[in-house]
Amino acid sequence: MAEPSEKAKRPRSTARLQESGTALLFIIPSLLGFMVFFAIPAVRGLYISFTDWNLLTPPKPVGLANYVALFQDPDFWNALKVTTFYVLWNIPIQTVLAVIVALVMQAASRSTLLKGVVLLPWLMPNVVVAMLWMWILDPTLGLINVAVRALGGPLIPFLSSANMALPTIAGINIWRYLGYTALLVFAGLQTIPTEVNEAARIDGADDQQRFWHITLPLLRPVLAFVIVTSVLGSFQVFDTVAVTTKGGPINVTKVFNFMIYQQAFERFRMGYSTAVSMVLFLILIGVGLIQMRLLKAGEAES
Amino acid sequence: MKMTLPRLLFWVAVVVIALVTLFPFYWAARTALTFPRAVYTHPTAFLPPELTIGNYQRVLGLVDAETSVRLGGSGQKINFFIFLRNSIIVSTLIAVGQVFFSAAAAYAFARLRFPLRRQIFGVYLSALMVPGIVLLIPNFVLIKSLGWLNTYQGIAAPAFLMSPFAVFFLRQFFLGMNRELEEAALVEGAGRLRIFFQIAIPLSMTAISTLAIITFIYSWNDYLWPLLIGKNEGVRMLTVALGVFKQQGAQNAPDWAGLMAGTMLAVVPVLVLFLAFGKRVINSIGFTGFR
Repeated sequence: MAEPSEKAKRPRSTARLQESGTALLFIIPSLLGFMVFFAIPAVRGLYISFTDWNLLTPPKPVGLANYVALFQDPDFWNALKVTTFYVLWNIPIQTVLAVIVALVMQAASRSTLLKGVVLLPWLMPNVVVAMLWMWILDPTLGLINVAVRALGGPLIPFLSSANMALPTIAGINIWRYLGYTALLVFAGLQTIPTEVNEAARIDGADDQQRFWHITLPLLRPVLAFVIVTSVLGSFQVFDTVAVTTKGGPINVTKVFNFMIYQQAFERFRMGYSTAVSMVLFLILIGVGLIQMRLLKAGEAES
Repeated sequence: MKMTLPRLLFWVAVVVIALVTLFPFYWAARTALTFPRAVYTHPTAFLPPELTIGNYQRVLGLVDAETSVRLGGSGQKINFFIFLRNSIIVSTLIAVGQVFFSAAAAYAFARLRFPLRRQIFGVYLSALMVPGIVLLIPNFVLIKSLGWLNTYQGIAAPAFLMSPFAVFFLRQFFLGMNRELEEAALVEGAGRLRIFFQIAIPLSMTAISTLAIITFIYSWNDYLWPLLIGKNEGVRMLTVALGVFKQQGAQNAPDWAGLMAGTMLAVVPVLVLFLAFGKRVINSIGFTGFR
């Protein structure tokens, strides 16, 4: 910018005003969208959570009643347990596989084809992914069960047994998100200077030693980011559950978002369901903060 | 060339990754081209045991009920053409609107000075942390009270004017863009509006189109929101329609051939977009990190 001279000062302040006017014109549509569909709903949601409301009669303020009821609701604790187990099935396996796939991508001399292939499931609708796997895992006609039966094995009730439904859904979503997660890790691998690895190689470190003592520690910030975001995403799983099991059998896959959905749109308990969503929000904030602290603390140690 | 053990392991890994990723798609495509009866009689045949395009004709509503039964269907009227159309309309609306209005906002955040600039941007960013379900119920109530249930505008509205991510993504891009051209135009007396349309947008076409593709695919894939807002057939999106179709089949034996044909209809447009612009999408993931 040019140096402001004394003479230019007055026109400059009007120019400033004009610039602000133009800026307003530029941001007005986004501001409108933000206020109407993000800011106001967030506040309104908080208000709804303090009411009893079935959408038909006006909302009736009930104070903290929904929040009190929620902590005595076995469904809430079930959702907390189910969602936590889901995340525990989902994230560790997904992260380890993603690191492996990212290493393979790197060894593939940055082939775009391989990256494109592994990214494909992530681009597909959750519903499509659920359909593909429901078909392959179907108890009577699905490829896996037919093959297992032909080999004399037992029927595997992937999505219909209380023991297997949750890990199966986690598996389906690992399949969908693996390539995407691997790409993020791959991007992280690119930031590691090759000289470091070269130097270690000259010093006689083998592949394994270099992976554990150089690559992995240097990958830590990226992995921390990947784990925090995927845990938070995983806590909010809905589509796959809604399409495959609808929370069943006997509530073993009734994750938070599905429970909230049922409370709101099948039982029309708007106040209660919104209260649960607010508590979920708090849980997510807590989980995010704890993770960041843990991952940071580990960094300081090493 | 010597095949060392790590080299062999590498190739095994590549093949396993590619197979595990691609096979489910192949299996769906194969089933969609199989006569429904043969789906039952030859459940493991690698190629379609009785090749037919009848499943597509059935789910696209191209044949009458009688022919549909002859093709192995239930004779129930299904019209995925409508759902395909709805998904295209809604996703296009959202991609165009969101990217355009977000670009305008992003440009202001990156280039113009105005009061509360940092604060407003900060508030936008904070919305990235709010889980979708928290906003879902109030937004549903809002759309309902506007009388917009079962309309395109109802499905598209919340994503039409902005998304915090789109503003963030494009602001990053504009910040990294060379200012010289814009400043030269400014000196020559061009207004900011003209500079935005004639310089900034053309120069950032790569970022804008990449974002538009990602936004299109995101709304194409969305399920919960269109499930709540667009229940009626006239505005029902493909993902929602697939769920409904699956449930209808649940009472008797599921119509897997028809279901896979419907599934492929949701797969193919994404696949085409990805084949055309995949490289950009892949690079953008390395660039911004998230989404």
